[in-house]
Amino acid sequence: MNALTRLAATELKLSLRTPMWLILGILFPSVVLLAVGMIPGMDRPYEGGPRFIDVWAPSLIVLTVTMLGLQTMPVHLASYREKGILRRLATTPVSPANLIIAQVAINAMIAVAGTVLLLVVGGIVFDIPGPQDPLGFLIAFVLGTGSVFGLGVLAAALARTSRSASALAMIAYFPIMFLGGVYLPRQFMPEFVNRVGEFTPPGVQALQDAWTGTGPQPLQLIVLAAFTAGIGFLAARSFRWE
Amino acid sequence: MPIVEVKNLRKSYPDKIAVEDVSFHVERGEIFGILGTNGAGKTTTVECLQGLREPDSGSISVLGLDPRKDRDALHERLGAQLQESELPEKLKVSEALKLYASFYRDPADPEKLLDQLALTDKRDSYFKNLSGGQKQRLSIALALIGNPEIAVLDELTTGLDPHARRDAWKLIEGIRDSGVTVILVTHFMDEAQRLCDRIAVIEAGRVLALDTPAGLMHTAGETTLDDAFVTLTGRN
Repeated sequence: MNALTRLAATELKLSLRTPMWLILGILFPSVVLLAVGMIPGMDRPYEGGPRFIDVWAPSLIVLTVTMLGLQTMPVHLASYREKGILRRLATTPVSPANLIIAQVAINAMIAVAGTVLLLVVGGIVFDIPGPQDPLGFLIAFVLGTGSVFGLGVLAAALARTSRSASALAMIAYFPIMFLGGVYLPRQFMPEFVNRVGEFTPPGVQALQDAWTGTGPQPLQLIVLAAFTAGIGFLAARSFRWE
Repeated sequence: MPIVEVKNLRKSYPDKIAVEDVSFHVERGEIFGILGTNGAGKTTTVECLQGLREPDSGSISVLGLDPRKDRDALHERLGAQLQESELPEKLKVSEALKLYASFYRDPADPEKLLDQLALTDKRDSYFKNLSGGQKQRLSIALALIGNPEIAVLDELTTGLDPHARRDAWKLIEGIRDSGVTVILVTHFMDEAQRLCDRIAVIEAGRVLALDTPAGLMHTAGETTLDDAFVTLTGRN
């Protein structure tokens, strides 16, 4: 095995040995959906419009991706820095990019698993139809996840300890959760807040549109792609072993 | 030709000057000691020669390479054991060796190293469950996994009990006998006296003396390196 596959396999093994984040990342969105869906009224059409849980489901994807990208991953990487694990790696010929790619891949896998489970549980328990525009949904998901994970790597690059990585990531964490409609369903938020949320990571509007069938708007995807590329470049440039 | 050449190295941090003016060279195949009290500038010196820090001024050549510019090429040929570094808690001994082996073009056989460092029966233990001596042996194994020409060992025996220290000494002699040049950073006089072919005594960021252990004792007119060190550093 080369350095990248060996690192990825090792990091995966390590996360399986401390499986809390893995289990949380996979189960959390579905559990929240089940809990909220059981509240009377949440699973019925609201004033003739769509049901609350139909509109809110994409926000649960935002929740998972943000938790993984802006808490789990940066805190993990920063704890490696804190314990001198990165410093030890700095004395070897391996490039930091390998560890970043391995960590992004593992957390992306958890996000995908959590999203698939959410789709399945939503479909079986609440009859929430799956994404009507699967390709658009896939593109929105990949770009949205990429943009949030890029911010997470940047936080890990700039922070010296896991505490400061967590604090730094929180700067992006709360706005993303808020604009993504995790705290308050987007249909109850002011119009301009929703307009902002359309263009900020992880592109909740694009996810929602792909889900309900109108398809994501190209402009939103382009903005998201540009953001992901920019933040990814910046994060890759600034992440150092020391 | 020396394998390591350090000339007028200087390195300061925002709050203090760590290395004022350090020069020395290391010959291939020797155990070269860098001896000094805590905070004398030993670790900063070896960090600069490993390419982990950028010197303010002075020049360093290791295996004919510039540690900063030719970092990757240098790290293929120089193995390191750091003073304060850990591995992930739940990484197993054998996994650590296989992982680090994957970083090098021509790695040593992890199984052989496990055997040489008496870690075979600990191969499936988590890093966090190892004793201090076992952690140090693993860290030597990782320093050797790339088949290096130079091994830098920083405060290897600090925190070990007397038995484990003597075991570590035998290992270091074994490394030298296998043809690897060893740079040993220590503040233990007995260790330096027993192991090192030549010693640079560093104090307050400068080289106070550079000689064989016998030479240092002769110059200072003392019978142990311990006394010689005290005399040389002028602190009584």
